[in-house]
Amino acid sequence: MNRQRVAWLFLAPALIVLGLFFLLPVIVALALSLTDYDIYALANIHNLRFVALSNYWLLLQRPLFWSALGHTVYFVAIGVPLSMGTSLGAAMLLNSPLAKMKPFFRTALFAPVVTTVVAMAVIWRYLFNTKYGMANYVLGHFGVHPVDWLGDPHWAMPTIILFAVWKNFGYNMIIFLAGLQAIPIDLYEAARIDGASAWQQFRHITLPMLGPTLLMVSILTVSGYFQLFAEPYVMTEGGPLQSTTSVLYLMYEEGFKWWNLGSASAVAFLLFVIMFAVTALMLRLSKRGEGADA
Amino acid sequence: MSPRMAKALINGLLIGGAVIALFPLLWMLSVSFMQPGEASSLPPPLLPAHATLGNYRELFVHAGMGTYLLNSLLVSTGITVLSLTFNLMAGYAFAKLHFAGRERLFQGLIGALVIPAQVAMLPLFLLLKYIGLVDSYAGVIVPGMATVFGIFLVRQYARGIPDELMEAARIDGAGEWRIFLQIVMPLLKPIMVTLAIFSFLAAWNDFMWPLIVLTGQEHYTLPIGLASLAREHSQDSELMMAGSVVTVLPVLVLFLAMQRYYLEGLLLGSVKG
Repeated sequence: MNRQRVAWLFLAPALIVLGLFFLLPVIVALALSLTDYDIYALANIHNLRFVALSNYWLLLQRPLFWSALGHTVYFVAIGVPLSMGTSLGAAMLLNSPLAKMKPFFRTALFAPVVTTVVAMAVIWRYLFNTKYGMANYVLGHFGVHPVDWLGDPHWAMPTIILFAVWKNFGYNMIIFLAGLQAIPIDLYEAARIDGASAWQQFRHITLPMLGPTLLMVSILTVSGYFQLFAEPYVMTEGGPLQSTTSVLYLMYEEGFKWWNLGSASAVAFLLFVIMFAVTALMLRLSKRGEGADA
Repeated sequence: MSPRMAKALINGLLIGGAVIALFPLLWMLSVSFMQPGEASSLPPPLLPAHATLGNYRELFVHAGMGTYLLNSLLVSTGITVLSLTFNLMAGYAFAKLHFAGRERLFQGLIGALVIPAQVAMLPLFLLLKYIGLVDSYAGVIVPGMATVFGIFLVRQYARGIPDELMEAARIDGAGEWRIFLQIVMPLLKPIMVTLAIFSFLAAWNDFMWPLIVLTGQEHYTLPIGLASLAREHSQDSELMMAGSVVTVLPVLVLFLAMQRYYLEGLLLGSVKG
């Protein structure tokens, strides 16, 4: 019977695309990271040499790699909790029986998600302009001195985090909203009769019932935030003083500005390994947390 | 807290949130109609004193925005049509056709999701350079022609189709392609719409890969064109806001028109399967 063959024919186009343009490049990237592929090898492949782990070794000794990793971890560690907290807060507001015009608010809060990062980053650059920006103008009314948001190494990353939260919180908000709507109302009714406060209801009903959703959302958000690139590219070009150079920004510059493709591949793989380790750690901790609760 | 106060607080917070979410978008629209230099004054003006379309004219006549817009439309449509076709076929096969190693292959694909796409980008660039696709529309489209997410979404949806429908058609002598085109595809229409919107928005907003593979201006998509303009014209806020409007408006309108399908897809995709 040719049923098997038919199935493979249906699969073929997608599998060929994914194999040729994703899987194969990933394997080649691993090989590339073990070579000194640079602009000379790009011109003539005979200049290529196998260097084993020396790209990785050199990277681990470069202060720029560690600072890029530090900036990325900073972005993830502050950005993810802030982003998820905002999403959860907004979802709870939308889920409240007291809220009016829910469809309008849901659409309004979600709108930034579908917009283009580059265009929004351009807007934020002007809103956070030191001299004429709306942010400093509004803060000035409260007696705050003008902040050089994107020009001060201490403020550039917080500004980018703020931007990322604004741009992304709507996505998780929709997922949380669906999770909240699935919690039976009876649970809250019973808790209220027992005299539980709003905070106790949140702590002992909402959070546990959202547990699996929270875990999935946090893992997806963490991996997304590790891939920081377009925001610093447009808003700060990695500066000032490289304070917003992320790991991917480093990979881009290393690979496509200096054409050190071997070393850039090593950066990409290190990022992948770090992301994998963090995700695995989160899964493990959540399992242990479940064990403690039971 | 009294119920009345709670109600005021909740709706007040929602209004505040909506203002923060929408303000940058409305401000962008307003400034895009201002005279050059008008936005760089204190206090920052909220509305144009004399609205003008001059910035848009400047963008399309001198800055090549029309080309970028067409490029974006072309590339996004290409990716949407091709990936929809390939993802539908593969998702259907994973859901309804039987072949050796089906579950294991699917698990493998899902497992590949942990690898960030950027890992593949450097060799992909070399590969496309080798076959001559760097700095072409095809270079942007080709890697996006199939996605694990799309296959996953179609598979989830197609699993709900009763096997009896296909079996009955097979007994009647219909071939597998006819079954797919005439019986399965009509039933998959809702997920096709969802996936099409998702693919189009993702392709339209994509930045890093087009930035890498498009080396010459004539093939730039809107985000790349806008980023390059922003580096040249960083002082011309009015011009840049008009550029942002042109970049964002098409996807924003598409989302508003098809919101229900988009949000459904978002939830379907986030359910662990």
